Amino acid sequence: MTNFAIELNGISKSFGPVQANKDIDLAVETGTIHGIVGENGAGKSTLMSILYGFYVPDEGSINVFGEPLEFNSSQKAIEAGIGMVHQHFMLGEPFSVLENIILGAEGSFLLGGAMSKARETLLQLSERYGLSVDPDAIVGTLPVGVQQRVEILKALYRGAKVLILDEPTGVLTPQEADALFDILRSLKEQGTTILLITHKLHEIMNVTDSVSVIRRGEMVGHRKTEQTSPEELAELMVGRKVLLEVDKAPAQPKDVALSVQGLNYTDERGIQRLSNVNFDVRAGEILGVAGVSGNGQAFLLEVLSGMHAPSSGRITVNGAPLAKTPDLVRHQSIGHVPEDRQHMGLVTAFPAWESGILGFQASALYCNQGAMKTGLIKEAMGDLMEKFDVRPPNPLLATAKFSGGNQQKIVLAREIDKAPDVLLVGQPTRGVDIGAIEFIHRQIIAMRDAGTAILLVSVELEEVLSLSDRVVAMFDGFCSPDRVTAETDERSLGLLMAGEFERTTSEGMAA
Amino acid sequence: MEFIELMLSLAQSTLRFTPILIFAAMAGVFSERAGIVDIGLEGKLLIGAFVSATVAHYAGFGLAGLFAAMGACIVFGWLHGLATITFRGDHVISGLAINFLAVGLTKTIGHALFAKGGDTPNLGGPGSTGWERLQGLIPKQFWLDLAPGLSENPLLLNILSIHGWLIILAFITVIGTWWVLIQTRFGLRLRFVGEEPQAIDTAGASVTAYRYAAVTIAGALCGIGGAYLSTSNIASFTPGMSADMGYLALAAVIFGKWRPFQAMLGCLLFGFLFAVKDRLDGASEGILTQIPSQFFEALPYILVVVVLAGFVGTARAPKAVGRPYVKERE
Repeated sequence: MTNFAIELNGISKSFGPVQANKDIDLAVETGTIHGIVGENGAGKSTLMSILYGFYVPDEGSINVFGEPLEFNSSQKAIEAGIGMVHQHFMLGEPFSVLENIILGAEGSFLLGGAMSKARETLLQLSERYGLSVDPDAIVGTLPVGVQQRVEILKALYRGAKVLILDEPTGVLTPQEADALFDILRSLKEQGTTILLITHKLHEIMNVTDSVSVIRRGEMVGHRKTEQTSPEELAELMVGRKVLLEVDKAPAQPKDVALSVQGLNYTDERGIQRLSNVNFDVRAGEILGVAGVSGNGQAFLLEVLSGMHAPSSGRITVNGAPLAKTPDLVRHQSIGHVPEDRQHMGLVTAFPAWESGILGFQASALYCNQGAMKTGLIKEAMGDLMEKFDVRPPNPLLATAKFSGGNQQKIVLAREIDKAPDVLLVGQPTRGVDIGAIEFIHRQIIAMRDAGTAILLVSVELEEVLSLSDRVVAMFDGFCSPDRVTAETDERSLGLLMAGEFERTTSEGMAA
Repeated sequence: MEFIELMLSLAQSTLRFTPILIFAAMAGVFSERAGIVDIGLEGKLLIGAFVSATVAHYAGFGLAGLFAAMGACIVFGWLHGLATITFRGDHVISGLAINFLAVGLTKTIGHALFAKGGDTPNLGGPGSTGWERLQGLIPKQFWLDLAPGLSENPLLLNILSIHGWLIILAFITVIGTWWVLIQTRFGLRLRFVGEEPQAIDTAGASVTAYRYAAVTIAGALCGIGGAYLSTSNIASFTPGMSADMGYLALAAVIFGKWRPFQAMLGCLLFGFLFAVKDRLDGASEGILTQIPSQFFEALPYILVVVVLAGFVGTARAPKAVGRPYVKERE
């Protein structure tokens, strides 16, 4: 009998020409919290999916509590005591908590008896681990943090002794994340082994006992958490030294370039998406917009870029009212790096040189009386791609063939190259690897120093804190008063993100 | 008095139409709840009707027709499953293909067999044993042969031969559908497959198996609906006799928000519209004769559109409906 809960020996897995995992060894001690870090696409999720019986590895073997695990069956993994909390919850939203929890472990053909038995077990589990959830609540109506608890309970209900959590904090506020970590610690105390997969280093430092680093499908290091540092882990992840802190001089703000006063927006279904949003962005500064995804940030960017007309309120750009269509807004010297580059920022089926001029296709720069200056565009795009370190710098390649980080660089290159007065940036580093993040951050700072007013929307709190000069948080369509970034911290910003600020509607009524 | 009579006759005629709709609608509920768009209900009804009338004619036995119809419709259900589940094709296109195939196949084979332009021979004509049609579960003639004295007691005879038992079965099917979907493990998993198939996969069950189970059940139910159409309600098959009932059943499913009892209400409503149409169409006096009969023919369909337009805004389809299930990487 070993004291290892999980042992992976020489696991390899390819998808076609892509080697997702290469000869991976990993040993996880029973009753510990073990972190697995790596960049997006490094192969963490694939590895866990193999462990959970979702994929069959090409080579290698797995032992769970000393017993060899059969592949290709989630059922076998569950029986061996492995439970998984996926990044995207595997919950049926119109179903009750109880129905979700018993799914696959109903016990009998008729649900009646199974449900009442499950209800009892669930109450015991809730009590034992301090995970309170109403068994009859409809999952779709619960906040994300509680939905995640349902996922954890689901695994525990199946008798999980090893719990795998895949990027569990991506959708949580800092407070919810702290609550999650408390739960994990209490699970550990009761003897559960936990595998925490993340790309956030501070989480690893905060909660794990030991950590393994994965890079390009290979395991590159195992460390005891207390004997390592975020800098060392980052270096292992990327394979070279990385600056975690963004190096920037104090901002030199000038006149107000973008002003938003009393902005309301109600969508076509009649849902109020933005409520009395007020802020100014000055030339030469970055205003960060923090918030958990889905609190109105997307609508704010869409209104400011001219895609939706506001229901009421005043938006001015250099003193003039905001134009009515995205095309006219561009002519007001507003650049827009959309949140969802795949669907809004690029046409992935087009070659890079076409994606690289989207929105400017009618400008005299690229177009002569309706005829595209194709030769000139390709040449210009090749130069631009060199300048922005897009790899490979080949303008003829289909946009879809570039990695997430390089696609983002194409969008940034397009917008920054036009030197707009105002730049709207949404989630600049979503799905982008650490190396490219550094580059993108430097570009944004350089724009600021050149005198552009930048509105930065990001769900990555660290990013907002390290880049912006002033910061606001959005909650349920409301926007908090601004704080000077240097004088605030994650904690107090987290409170704003959870809606802990005075919310007033345009009529001056407290909401 | 006249009013009561009118209402009674409308109710009776509603009951005659509804079972077809109910069987097809319950088939639709099973398919759609498992994530399969089932435009092919229409085609399967037609195939069921044809196979049932044909087999009943050759076998001289209505129940044989019923089971053959169920079998044939299950095969077409699997065809749809092969296209949509196994090969991840477009659900609507596959369903439409089945509908076209049904129209052509039934007419062509029917004409080749009976040379009556696609019609099948009348069941239960002169010299009938009473077993050819699906009217009584056990025909009157059987009881009369057994105990000739029964002819003096028509009430008992009628009860023994359970006239129109398929109508009763239709309503039992609604209860059964609800019970299976809500009260059993199979139903819970089926509903998850249509909503969040990944949850089923991670729970260690097969999305594919549940989806095939759904199209199989849907096929069997369409078979019964088709058999009712040609072997119980009427005594022969005529080309195109399903008359878009399959589409209406699908509309009833949406009207009922994919729930069995509400869908049944939709079927009753649409069945009632058909009954009214028949009634108005046959009017021989008064102002109604001034209105062209095409208007009455179209009326139920127009009203269906109106009813759906009023309700479709609040209807929410199962999330994964029409989407093939692919295990994603990363």
